[in-house]
Amino acid sequence: MIRIDAIQKQFGDLVVLRDVNLKIEKGEVVALIGPSGSGKSTLLRCLNVLVPPDAGRIEIGNTRMVFGESRLQLKPKELAEFRRHTGMVFQHFNLFPHMTVLQNVMEGPVTAKKMNKQQAQELAMEQLEKVGMSIKANDYPSSLSGGQKQRIAIARALAMEPQVILFDEATSALDPELVGEVLSVMKELAAEGMTMIVVTHEMSFAREVANRVVFMRDGVVVEDGPAKQVIDHPKDERTKAFLSHFHANEH
Amino acid sequence: MYQWNFSWLWDNYDFLFSGLMVTILLSAAVVVAGLILGTVNALGTISKHKFFRIISISMIEVSRCTPVLVALIWIYYALPILIGVEISALTASFIALTLYGASFYAEIIRGGIQGVDPGQYEAGEAIGLMHGDILRRIILPQAIRKMLPSLVNQSVINLKNTSLVSVLAIPDLLYQGKLIALETFRPLEVYTVVALFYFALLFPLTMLVRHLESRNSVKH
Ligand SMILES: Nc1ncnc2c1ncn2[C@@H]1O[C@H](COP(=O)(O)OP(=O)(O)OP(=O)(O)O)[C@@H](O)[C@H]1O
Ligand SMILES: [Mg+2]
Repeated sequence: MIRIDAIQKQFGDLVVLRDVNLKIEKGEVVALIGPSGSGKSTLLRCLNVLVPPDAGRIEIGNTRMVFGESRLQLKPKELAEFRRHTGMVFQHFNLFPHMTVLQNVMEGPVTAKKMNKQQAQELAMEQLEKVGMSIKANDYPSSLSGGQKQRIAIARALAMEPQVILFDEATSALDPELVGEVLSVMKELAAEGMTMIVVTHEMSFAREVANRVVFMRDGVVVEDGPAKQVIDHPKDERTKAFLSHFHANEH
Repeated sequence: MYQWNFSWLWDNYDFLFSGLMVTILLSAAVVVAGLILGTVNALGTISKHKFFRIISISMIEVSRCTPVLVALIWIYYALPILIGVEISALTASFIALTLYGASFYAEIIRGGIQGVDPGQYEAGEAIGLMHGDILRRIILPQAIRKMLPSLVNQSVINLKNTSLVSVLAIPDLLYQGKLIALETFRPLEVYTVVALFYFALLFPLTMLVRHLESRNSVKH
């Protein structure tokens, strides 16, 4: 249901994505791992066209975007509509500080989707319930912990009823004791059948929750397979070298 | 010892008060028009289109690099020769003061917008909002809070600048004071009262700036 075909992206002279191809089925949880600078974030940002790729094709459900020759024809309105199919959860939460928790979650449905307020509020409360934050609905983000903020950011993404949610190191900015609550929300989503692409350094999470692990390096997918197999028995030397850091840390 | 004498005040109170009203109304007009033009120019300087950037930046730089008094006199005496249309003293004053104020407002507003974390814009994009909605609903509300003290501060300066229009014989507070002083031979008392009127107008505004600044610093 998600197809990424021959995506390329460069910034100036720096080629960040060389030729990325991936097919992801509905309900799959894919952990995207790789060394710093390998292009993981850029790939996620290409997927919801925060950064338009230079070339390639992206298909999400029934909508498709072709980049390259037709790039000049990408209209802001089409891009915005395309983004509504994907949710994004950022490392630094990026909640809107001038809005209450509830308003944060309602913003997408009301302003982007033009849903009526009543309906949007019900939908938002439902999502807040799901991440265990409905009691904080009327608080402002500044009064909350990092873990709570990230759970709200997840609710905000869910409220758009996206076909896939992209997580870019959703737990790396958190104090260690707050990581668990966010991971457990992510696990629940996975169990409910949400399609997810998760950039993470949490190998235990990847191993436990992801169906699939994709290892990227230097702008290409180096290894792609069932999570336990890639993490426990990587085939490619580069994957082995990368994972050896983590195994050394874990024991 | 100088003998203070304020008895003239009772005969000239209306006169002085009408000057005060002119100062207040002109200031209000300059602040409102300046904020509108300033916002347009601020958006112009960060526009994706080079054309708008050039227009806005030129307008800002020309206005803020010309002393208000020079602009005032130039627009009143020189511009009519160029365009062949008479400009009233009041119109000339309004244009000169607005252009000048707007250039500083524009810079404050641009700084405020650019001071908002870029992650906020991306978060807006990520939930499918369009550029205009992101500016209106996410960026500007945060930017305005940060730039409010500077905007009020600039408005204080704009109000003070209105005293320059007396050179074009506009009957503002200072000009009326000058007339009363000539008539009553009491310049010390008259100008003291005029200064006190300005102070009474401006002091609440500077207090407001302090209040807004402390509120912002508590928040972060
Ligand atoms: N907007 C940009 N302009 C220029 N260079 C960029 C931009 N975004 C990313 N890059 C560069 O692209 C390369 C890949 O960045 P990316 O953020 O995708 O890596 P990553 O795999 O997410 O790394 P990390 O694990 O450190 O987050 C880096 O060298 C980065 O400096
Ligand atoms: Mg990254």
